[in-house]
Amino acid sequence: MANFVFWFIAGVTVLSAAMVVTSKSLLYSAYSLLFTFLGVTGLYIFLWADFLAVVQVVVYVGGILVLIIFGIMLTNKITSVNISHTSMQKGVGGVVVIGFIASLGYMALNTPWLAGVNIEPVETTAAIGRLLLMDYLLPFEAASLLLLGALIGATTLSRKDDDG
Amino acid sequence: MDSLANYLLISAILFSLGLFGVVTRRNGVAVLMSVELILNAANVNFLAFARFGGMNISGHVYALFVIVLAAAEAAVALAIIINIFNNFRTINIDDVSELRQ
Repeated sequence: MANFVFWFIAGVTVLSAAMVVTSKSLLYSAYSLLFTFLGVTGLYIFLWADFLAVVQVVVYVGGILVLIIFGIMLTNKITSVNISHTSMQKGVGGVVVIGFIASLGYMALNTPWLAGVNIEPVETTAAIGRLLLMDYLLPFEAASLLLLGALIGATTLSRKDDDG
Repeated sequence: MDSLANYLLISAILFSLGLFGVVTRRNGVAVLMSVELILNAANVNFLAFARFGGMNISGHVYALFVIVLAAAEAAVALAIIINIFNNFRTINIDDVSELRQ
């Protein structure tokens, strides 16, 4: 059963990701991206990353996807319903992509990866919090500064002002 | 299901599809969506190696930082795209070549 669920989630993730990059309609791409994010959330749960799975849903589905749909709505004239977009040089891109998948897949299947002991943790949140505030305190503070900078920068860039 | 190679394979496919989108799409928002696919592929790799390398939580912290960077990047990129749309009335990134000699 778990096996079937895993392959179902993997299939949904890969197929919707393919829809994202091949769909003719920009809105269909955005909605396919929703299913890709949810599929990746399922993979996180299979990888015992409970906290990261919740963060993925909150930040990607609740934040970034809404932002992207806002971007689509704001950059298309709503009166013209034709929100389509085309791709170019699909042939060359397809060849490059198949080469990438083949070489990365060959590497993944043929490398003798080191295996550690795998004990399923009860939860990971406490350990993540301890690491964030002890080993990774400086990157944590830098990330908060970066988010503040992104907040100010995004509002300054997208604001309509005439007085410069 | 309990094998590192499965996750690496899924992540490789996600990354390659994202790369395909970045090089073939002409719409700025679509390129942004493809970049999100690439970042998700990297995150799956981080968590897979954390899970099969002895449940090392440092991988989770790295994935968390990737999500933070993705959020900041999406916000700034969309602000830039909206600015481009206001100036050029298009977000086709091939038509935005005003700075070209």
